[in-house]
Amino acid sequence: MKSLLLLSGLGIGAMLAELFNFKKLLFPLVCLGLLAAIGVSVYDWNTDIRLFNNMLRLDNYALVFTASMSFITLLWLLGANDYIEHETHVSDKYALTLFTLVGAFVMVSYNNLTMLFIGIEILSLSMYVLAGSKKNDLFSNEAALKYFLMGSFATGFLLFGVALIYGVTGSFHVEAIGDYCLANAGNLPTMFITAIVLMMIGMAFKVSATPFHFWAPDVYTGAPSMVTAYMATVVKTAAVVAFARLFYNAFGHAPVVWQIAISLMAVLTMFVGNVTAVFQQNVKRMLAYSSVAHAGYLLIALVAMSKLSGGAIFYYTLSYSLASLLAFHILFTVSGNKNEGADISAFNGLAKRNPLMAFGITVAMLSLAGIPPLAGFFGKYYIFNAAIEAGRYKLVILAVIASLISVYYYFKVIIAVYFKQSNEAAIELNGLHKLLYLICVILLFVLAIIPELIVSMLK
Amino acid sequence: MLTAILIALPLVAGLYIITLGGEQSKRIALGASLAELAIAIFMLSQFQINAESQFVCNVPWIPSLGINFYVAVDGISMLMILLTTVLTPLIVYSSFGHNYSKPHNFYGLMLLMQMALIGVFTALDGFLFYIFWELALIPIYFICLLWGGEGRAKVTFKFFLYTMVGSLFMLVALIYLYQQTPGTHSFSIDALYAAGQALDLNAQRAIFWGMFLAFAIKMPIFPLHTWQPDTYVVAPTQGTMLLSGIMLKMGIYGAIRWLLPIVPDGVAAYANLAMVLAIIGIIYASLIAWVQSDMKRLIAYSSIAHVGLIAAGVFSLNEQGLSGAVYQMLSHGINVFALFFIADMIEKRTSTRLLGNLGGVRSIAPKFATFFMVIMMGSVALPLTNGFPGEFLSLNGVYQVSGMYALFAGITIILGAVYMLSAYQKSMLGEVSTATEKFEEAKNHETHILWICAALVILMGVFPKPLFDIAEPAIQQLLTMVKQ
Repeated sequence: MKSLLLLSGLGIGAMLAELFNFKKLLFPLVCLGLLAAIGVSVYDWNTDIRLFNNMLRLDNYALVFTASMSFITLLWLLGANDYIEHETHVSDKYALTLFTLVGAFVMVSYNNLTMLFIGIEILSLSMYVLAGSKKNDLFSNEAALKYFLMGSFATGFLLFGVALIYGVTGSFHVEAIGDYCLANAGNLPTMFITAIVLMMIGMAFKVSATPFHFWAPDVYTGAPSMVTAYMATVVKTAAVVAFARLFYNAFGHAPVVWQIAISLMAVLTMFVGNVTAVFQQNVKRMLAYSSVAHAGYLLIALVAMSKLSGGAIFYYTLSYSLASLLAFHILFTVSGNKNEGADISAFNGLAKRNPLMAFGITVAMLSLAGIPPLAGFFGKYYIFNAAIEAGRYKLVILAVIASLISVYYYFKVIIAVYFKQSNEAAIELNGLHKLLYLICVILLFVLAIIPELIVSMLK
Repeated sequence: MLTAILIALPLVAGLYIITLGGEQSKRIALGASLAELAIAIFMLSQFQINAESQFVCNVPWIPSLGINFYVAVDGISMLMILLTTVLTPLIVYSSFGHNYSKPHNFYGLMLLMQMALIGVFTALDGFLFYIFWELALIPIYFICLLWGGEGRAKVTFKFFLYTMVGSLFMLVALIYLYQQTPGTHSFSIDALYAAGQALDLNAQRAIFWGMFLAFAIKMPIFPLHTWQPDTYVVAPTQGTMLLSGIMLKMGIYGAIRWLLPIVPDGVAAYANLAMVLAIIGIIYASLIAWVQSDMKRLIAYSSIAHVGLIAAGVFSLNEQGLSGAVYQMLSHGINVFALFFIADMIEKRTSTRLLGNLGGVRSIAPKFATFFMVIMMGSVALPLTNGFPGEFLSLNGVYQVSGMYALFAGITIILGAVYMLSAYQKSMLGEVSTATEKFEEAKNHETHILWICAALVILMGVFPKPLFDIAEPAIQQLLTMVKQ
């Protein structure tokens, strides 16, 4: 309740900044607000509060993701303040970002399908606007429109599914649906199965799982780079967590219905994402496909449905978000703060032009590729471990092959950084960006040394 | 505790060098690696010759997953530690004639590499082993990428991908074994041994392939060797020395420690196949080495041939074969280091590696030529040099399995003599060429290194017993597990 009020209040406050002219104060205010949101989550730890007639449930699962997404947003702001401040409508962008986070908060803590829908809508509507926030840029407009059309379409599927479920069970309540599922596990009515399939399609759209991923690369490429970074980290985390929450709590007792479909989707997502990324010249587009592929790994944790899955998803999203944020931001700086991203050649000779950025992108790429001793490796490790515990060997072998493919394109960047020569001038960084890079790099190492601490939060 | 210090020292020193920067890196690296050697020698003096794991350091790391920081030393590990700690200062010292750009990164990475290697050789926790195994790859990748020769981007990437493929399958195999351990699961080596040995034949076969792939790529065994010659050629000399001298032993050590005892039935099912592959590799690589005109490439192929014999010894699954293999790992490490060093000296003086452009060095630089002679003798396994005891015992082990195999594997000694002697003849004897006219005699640090190597070649050839004794109890214990 407190974080919800805090974040919404902060968002509305940000809109007022334009009226009352305290725009300069917004950055520190929002940062403080996000820190407070993290603090509140820590304060509420282990309480399992239920709000609004049990429509929201703040269990540890919800809290841990609220804290981590607020933290990622905070880091994102360190890097994105340039993007926000250099354009008009400063306060709107702060407000929309905060509303996105509110939506994400609802998506990770819903206990009622209407809340899921509301959360997705709050998040998506803000993102549609942010994606199109470069008003004069054709690609940004295209991204917004595409995102909006595809997003609405997906929500349509989702709503249809929710309606059918209500028809069968007479409830929107996740736990009630779970009970119904348990009671009728043997002979679920066709309508219920149809509903699961429809909701699965809707959620697959949101996490950009193949074959529902086609919007993702275009939207990721067209949207302003910083918005893309946000989409690939916080928005993706929220979508995956909502997906997992739905399928564990509501449909967890009928795994036969959806496990095969989602396994198939996971494999397709990993391969389509990674293989297509190999052929991309534009790094932004490459990272977009890589983000698609990472959704595939997360789906494996979802399919595994073992007691380790929750911790695995948490660790994976956190390490993936840190590395992606770092990668997107360095890309943004390297491409000269342009939106269309840049070819790999833009990274040429970065080692000489700015060693910190060179080291940062190397760490980010190694972590995304899942190479020890970085956090990305442990993320994959936890997922593989959960899947093997659930006896899904073939899935793990395929995931291994897929991550081998990914090594290829991640290393293309590293090779350009250290190996290719360039006459471009050195890059200067401002203090906040340096801070962002240092925090991300250090955390990617530290998370790998103390994985236990992170994963054991969700037991 | 001592083991943990052995791992921590290069890590700290490496990071210190990287952050400090500057030209003094060379000397700090040499000092640190000598200190490491001193610790290793102290360890050796405290080492009890029995099959126990000694100097154990076992602290929880990720308790909920049963992962511990579990390192210890037994006879086999002790020898591998000696190899690493003797070769690293030599490799650092051998670079004193080079001026690498950004020396702090170069030497820092080298020490990080040493840290990972010692970790691999001492880890007794499956997960920790895997981490060190992968960790060793990153410094060497960057050493080759940043300081390598022409075409390094493609070649080093191929190397990286190859090894990555192997190790990921090993990871899957390890996690599978881990899931088979009883109770709350554990990655400790004893738990994995028990879990692996209890598996049925089909599961053991699958595990065998998962792990064998990783080790075979690293060694490398035919037909997984294609990354190796190119990588050795483009890597900077010190990188090649690290790769051939120490890193390829990771594969053999891994097979001995983590493959044979874990899935004995799986190994029994495929040991013959592994031996046949190794023997094909021996002959194939020897023949290719014969026709090489590039010295570095010739040594690279000779290395594949030697490693083939070591692998054949390992998979013969008897005491002679394994003892020979372990001994030969040490000898080969020293010999291949020395050969690459000699090739580097020649290249620095004549700006060519092509044998056809050389000749007559012996008349200009007799001391150098003599050293080359001694080391070459070690490499072709002449009796009373360090190559002989290991290769002889390995062959003996192979013979116990099949005379035919031993016959073919024995060809390596004949072919080895052929290509090494012809290389020696082309470069050192005959007419003086334009490239070798002003060939400079070995001097300063070069003489020191050559003296040390030549002395080791002879010493290890004449007195092999102390080293054999160190490893023997551990090997016997290992064999009881394989044979049960």
